[in-house]
Amino acid sequence: MTTNTPIAAKEERQERLDRGIKVRTEGLYALTSWREMSYLLAPRALLIFGLLFLPLLMDPYWQRVVCVAAVYALLALSFDFLAEYVGLVCLGGAFFIGCGGYISGLLNHHLGWSPFITIPIATIAGAMVSTLILLPCLRLRGVYFAIVSFMFPMLTVNIIVALNVFGGTEGISALATLPNIWFDQYIVIAVLIIALFVMRRLVNEDIGLIFRSIKDNDQAVRASGISITLYKIKAVFIAALMGCFGGAYMSHQYGWVGISLFAMDFSILPIAATVMGGGGTLVGPVLGALLLTPLSEALRGFGQLRVVLYCLILMGFIVYKPEGMMNYLQRKYHQFEHWRKV
Amino acid sequence: MSMGEEALIRVQNLSKSFGGVKATNDVSFEIKRGEILGVIGPNGSGKTTLVNLITGFVKPDAGNVYFGNKKITGLDPAKIADLGIVRTFQIVRPYHSLPAYKNLIVPLNSPRIKRTKGGKSGDRDAVAIDILEEIGFERDAFVPYKIASTLPLGYLKRLELARCLALKPEVILCDEVFSGLSASEIMSMVPVIERLQMEGITILMIEHRLRELFRLVNRVVVLTFGEKLMEGTPEEVVSNQKVREAYLGVETEELEEEEEEEEEEEC
Amino acid sequence: MMDILIYGTVNSVTFSLIAVGFTLVYGVSRLPNFAHGALYVLVGFMTWSFVNDLNLYYPLAIIISLCIASLLGALIYRLVLIRLRGLPTSEIIASFAFGLIILEGLRLQGIGGFKGFIGPFYVLPAFVDAKFRIAGVLIDAQRLIIIGGGLAVVILLWLFTHYSKIGLSLRAIAQDEQAAMMLGVDSDRVAMISLALGAALSGFAAVVILPLGNVTAEAGYRVLIYALAVCIIGGLGSWGGAILASFVLGFAMILSTSFFGAVWESVVLVGTIILILIFKPSGLLGKQKELEERV
Repeated sequence: MTTNTPIAAKEERQERLDRGIKVRTEGLYALTSWREMSYLLAPRALLIFGLLFLPLLMDPYWQRVVCVAAVYALLALSFDFLAEYVGLVCLGGAFFIGCGGYISGLLNHHLGWSPFITIPIATIAGAMVSTLILLPCLRLRGVYFAIVSFMFPMLTVNIIVALNVFGGTEGISALATLPNIWFDQYIVIAVLIIALFVMRRLVNEDIGLIFRSIKDNDQAVRASGISITLYKIKAVFIAALMGCFGGAYMSHQYGWVGISLFAMDFSILPIAATVMGGGGTLVGPVLGALLLTPLSEALRGFGQLRVVLYCLILMGFIVYKPEGMMNYLQRKYHQFEHWRKV
Repeated sequence: MSMGEEALIRVQNLSKSFGGVKATNDVSFEIKRGEILGVIGPNGSGKTTLVNLITGFVKPDAGNVYFGNKKITGLDPAKIADLGIVRTFQIVRPYHSLPAYKNLIVPLNSPRIKRTKGGKSGDRDAVAIDILEEIGFERDAFVPYKIASTLPLGYLKRLELARCLALKPEVILCDEVFSGLSASEIMSMVPVIERLQMEGITILMIEHRLRELFRLVNRVVVLTFGEKLMEGTPEEVVSNQKVREAYLGVETEELEEEEEEEEEEEC
Repeated sequence: MMDILIYGTVNSVTFSLIAVGFTLVYGVSRLPNFAHGALYVLVGFMTWSFVNDLNLYYPLAIIISLCIASLLGALIYRLVLIRLRGLPTSEIIASFAFGLIILEGLRLQGIGGFKGFIGPFYVLPAFVDAKFRIAGVLIDAQRLIIIGGGLAVVILLWLFTHYSKIGLSLRAIAQDEQAAMMLGVDSDRVAMISLALGAALSGFAAVVILPLGNVTAEAGYRVLIYALAVCIIGGLGSWGGAILASFVLGFAMILSTSFFGAVWESVVLVGTIILILIFKPSGLLGKQKELEERV
């Protein structure tokens, strides 16, 4: 219950303002003690160094897997961002991979540009193309967007095969590859780490807050004089950047692009990773992808078993543990290390 | 309280039907600059539809809405809000996952505000908290930082208003901001709305709580079954026989009694 | 000209048969059943196995596989979807995962001596192996059976939903879930029935349509896409819309095939969807309420 006091006492007001600042800068107060700082930094450091040392521990075959896993992690990140922070459930992550991959493949094949030029161009151009193609369905929400985005990768494959453009079923081979396996791994891991921290930052910036508001209540956002379509375009563009980078990168890693870039795996594994890792945490999906990809790689010999397996994992998590791993771990971590209130 | 005679919003012959039901039928009225206009009517008389029609959330079948001299019929809701006509929602629509003050970040980032600030944004958080304070969030200073889904209805209704205020609007259309609130909560809201009027904001209020409404408003429009029954000062409306029949019941009960019943219903 | 008309009708009825199960489930219980295509293919393979491995009588094989399909449909609801009601995203993902488990499970190799259904070796026999000439156009009996089957499904569904008690409760839930629940209709039970029925319908579509070609697991994806396309174009959950959309798509595809060649089919499909989304986002017969839900 509140009543309206016309003039508040000055000190009272000052005190209130201070309290506001405290609440808003909770993170900063932690800098006052090493304990708080290590508490905050330990998990982050673990993640970054873990990712950086990962390639050193692997033999050449698994080093390839690390690259693929990082691409899946990027896709999972983009799915998580779109689904949990904007409310657009995009079941067609493969579409982003395909767009990026084909654009960089075509540039490399026809114009002979080096991967160092094609990858950045394909990342941006691919994101623009996929945003443009998804534009008509951005007005849709919920189930409808999911359905349409689900259809796009498959239909694109049909079109490429039917019209026999971009190499048809064969794809385009003999593309330039990246210099060596170490460069391969570290470029994608660097992008992954940067993307992860940029996204974490972004969702708490103003633009991120608007995205989250659109998810919570898009009508209210419209009532505030903001065009939701414009912001959805921005969100899809950001998500597509990550997917298209993955596609462009993979095209040069394999030295080949083809319709398998639109394969179901690229759509479904990131979703499984997100659900398993914990939707809305951004880190969770990355970890989920890093766990699931090697698993599916190990099962490659068994044909479709990997799809069945990660669908089972997906269903198990979504039904019995919908919060996912990361939310659970976070809670436990917070319980374990008692947070001292400032 | 200075009030011009100039019409800020003109509603002309507005009609809208949903599947054969005429939710709004040939309604015309004006909102004058600086006034508080009340819109009353029984349940289902098309009050909320009227707000939806003016703010563009629903496209009218016929008729026009003018803002000053500009025709705003059928414009996109975001465009209309951008012009300075903002609304609250009868069923509150907070951004549940955000803290209350972050709810205001959305309107503070709207093109309308960015234009007036000339591109500079400044400390939006501080502005947001100031607005919340103005609208009555000040007693318990942790309230503005609470996640919106944990706030009680009283605060959420204020949050709706605060979100409108953050847009520096010319007109606010309030869709039942008092409904669901206790008598003392309403008492604390009334001065807030009075202050808004003094700041020069034109207000249209849809309300069921007649006692509080009649204290606030300058004029009242009465709707029944989607049609305008009459308009006039609160005194004229209360003494009008037709209004009593349509709205207050056939028997000429005392207004107060009627209202008490209503309060009971709402409880 | 005549052949376009006749084959267009066959095409359109095929689309309606494929979509009707999906539309029914969504219309009644607002559950997007992404396992639809998988159930379709599963019925095809089960029937094939019953006939070829167990040497069952063909109609009996069909009936058994339809029963298993509807059982599976009910199971999807009981085991998975019942916990996710009201979370559309999770519903989609979970039912899609279920479908993928079926589809890709069918293609598994080397587990427990299971060979996996891969390759073009699985053909269901036609019911009647004959060809007719109608208005100068040669047409085989199976295509006529498709038309007959489509008509029968529409009529039976109409009778079922208008005259049987269960059917009426389906419609009640579809119109206003809360009001129906207040009148003693069990929402969970109805949703389960609708999924079972939807699964059986997709299975029925499979046994009628599949004799025209091979049974492959890939067809599951295509069927799902067609069903979704029909529903998007017609307006999700609107039965009239679904049938209208089937005819629009059926004829659009036949026309594009005969004038530009078969490769343009997907282009026409995508084009139609995008045009509809731009100009009438609620679908052809979508209602205002659905529009608000969508936009």
